[in-house]
Amino acid sequence: MSGGQALRRTLASAWRAYCRDRSSVIALAFLLVVAGASLLAPLIAPHDPSDAVTFRHAAPFSEGLVLGADGDGRDVLSRLLWGGRMSLMVAVLPTLLALTLSLALGIAAGYFGRWSDHVAMRVLDMVFAFPLVLLAIVIASMLSPGVLTVTVAITVALTPYITRLVRTTTQSVKGLPFIEAAHAAGASELTIVTRYILPNVVAPALVYATTLMGFMIVVGAGLSFLGLGTQPPDADWGVMVADGRVVLRKAPHVTIIPGVMIILVSLSFAFVGDGLRDALDPRTRRH
Amino acid sequence: MSEPLLSVEGLHTAFHLESGVLRAVNDVSFSLEPGRVLGIVGESGSGKSVTALSILRLVDAPGRIEGGQVRFRGRDLLALSEAEMQQEIRGNRIGMIFQDPMTSLNPVFPVGDQIAEVLDAHLDTTREESRRRATELLRLVGIPNAEDRYSDYPHHFSGGMRQRVLIAASIASNPDILIADEPTTALDVTIQAQILKLLGDLQRRFGSAMVLITHDLGVIATMADEVMVMYAGRSVEHGTVEDIFERPRHPYTQGLFDSLIRLDDSHQSELRPIPGNPPVPIDLPPGCNFRARCTSAMETCARKEPLLRPVPGGHRVACHLVHPDTEGRGS
Repeated sequence: MSGGQALRRTLASAWRAYCRDRSSVIALAFLLVVAGASLLAPLIAPHDPSDAVTFRHAAPFSEGLVLGADGDGRDVLSRLLWGGRMSLMVAVLPTLLALTLSLALGIAAGYFGRWSDHVAMRVLDMVFAFPLVLLAIVIASMLSPGVLTVTVAITVALTPYITRLVRTTTQSVKGLPFIEAAHAAGASELTIVTRYILPNVVAPALVYATTLMGFMIVVGAGLSFLGLGTQPPDADWGVMVADGRVVLRKAPHVTIIPGVMIILVSLSFAFVGDGLRDALDPRTRRH
Repeated sequence: MSEPLLSVEGLHTAFHLESGVLRAVNDVSFSLEPGRVLGIVGESGSGKSVTALSILRLVDAPGRIEGGQVRFRGRDLLALSEAEMQQEIRGNRIGMIFQDPMTSLNPVFPVGDQIAEVLDAHLDTTREESRRRATELLRLVGIPNAEDRYSDYPHHFSGGMRQRVLIAASIASNPDILIADEPTTALDVTIQAQILKLLGDLQRRFGSAMVLITHDLGVIATMADEVMVMYAGRSVEHGTVEDIFERPRHPYTQGLFDSLIRLDDSHQSELRPIPGNPPVPIDLPPGCNFRARCTSAMETCARKEPLLRPVPGGHRVACHLVHPDTEGRGS
């Protein structure tokens, strides 16, 4: 049997393990639909997201607009599609960046220990002294507003949290007998880190990061709300919720629709995280 | 006489703890000839495992090898670089098997790959060649359907089967010495016998020497040629299996035998466990470490530490009862 076949078999069994939880499958499907629609926004959005198509707000299914118009008369559906690009990017990109950074930092601190551990952890302790959202605001406010700024701010603010998890997991994996057995079998430190520590640490870190993705949409929305992220007239879902408050009494759908999207996407990320946990654990997989 | 395969001289390994210096291995010496099996026996904490780990230089901080020599084929292992230990010694010339098969395999990779990895690390083999040899090794250690089970994960295996996999990995590069640290302690009694038989078969087949660490005298009797009895970090009695089983001289060794259930001895009325517990070897007072539990302790035992000295019959004992006239090491 070749290595390629073995990999395919492993992937197939991982997929089966993922599918055992139906809510994970539904969540993944939902996220794929949302991501697909957002990516295709330039093609499928009925209107320009920044142009007014009515004179004032409009209820859903009125004036030919499926989701109505916001306080400035802009098509909510088009803004939702275009805004999804921003919101999803802010959810996924900084979390994956932070995950990568955290794996490097956390394993360095947890495995090699001693002074690198002390230095890394004291620095992170300082970062922990600030609430995550406040920290992201501070970092974002030091840079010029925009999506890049939000990405950097969330990456920095998130890294300590994932690093702490990676470090703790690394320390517990490091103490397991198979690490000593690997040493006794003549494995180099590099082999031990890449083949023994990393694969045993990456699964819980990835699962944790996935559940954080939903939360990051909310944080990104908060930054945009404060004017540090997406700049008008561009939309992300957070901006849309913020814009909606002006007409909250008269046209609540302007706030509710993007709000519901944020909730659904956040929940979906959490469910996908659950599914990944099953898929990545060899014990729940079957051949 | 030619130089032994492995010779350990005056090994000292200590752990620097907050509560003091724990002398886990205190002046231990032994040698191992090719193809022979040395059993190291003793209670938990007597320094057996640390002795084994010291040979491979795997003692982690706060532990440190503080003195002595470990010579393997004439080279002092304590003087080799870490890279030389990794490439040439550990898993290559000296293989090691651990106590707990349940957690000694990496849970995220198929077992076959874990054996192939040892081959890749030490031998100049291609990937395909490693895979083929790993499958062969799985078959050799008695895993049925070795080809199919190659890509199974550790959790698909029972404890006994995992220990077989670990044995396969430890003999992958055909080592000169196999160190087995309580290889059967974590297994069911029926499986223990199978694993011991497998180890014995492999050892004879490949002619490798073995250091077998155990607290089970029955295991020593079936497997070993020589025995070293350890107590509180010291070697207290050392000789051939026949000698020590027939004429144990040290009160501790005698105590170990008295606390065994002997099916062949109808006269034995009751078990006589050794009273008390072994001391933790931190800041021990001078004298014999065993004297607090020894039924025949004398005044000398509190003053002088007995040295390991030969007795007639070819084995060595560290006890003032056996060597009343010789002076031990003073405080």
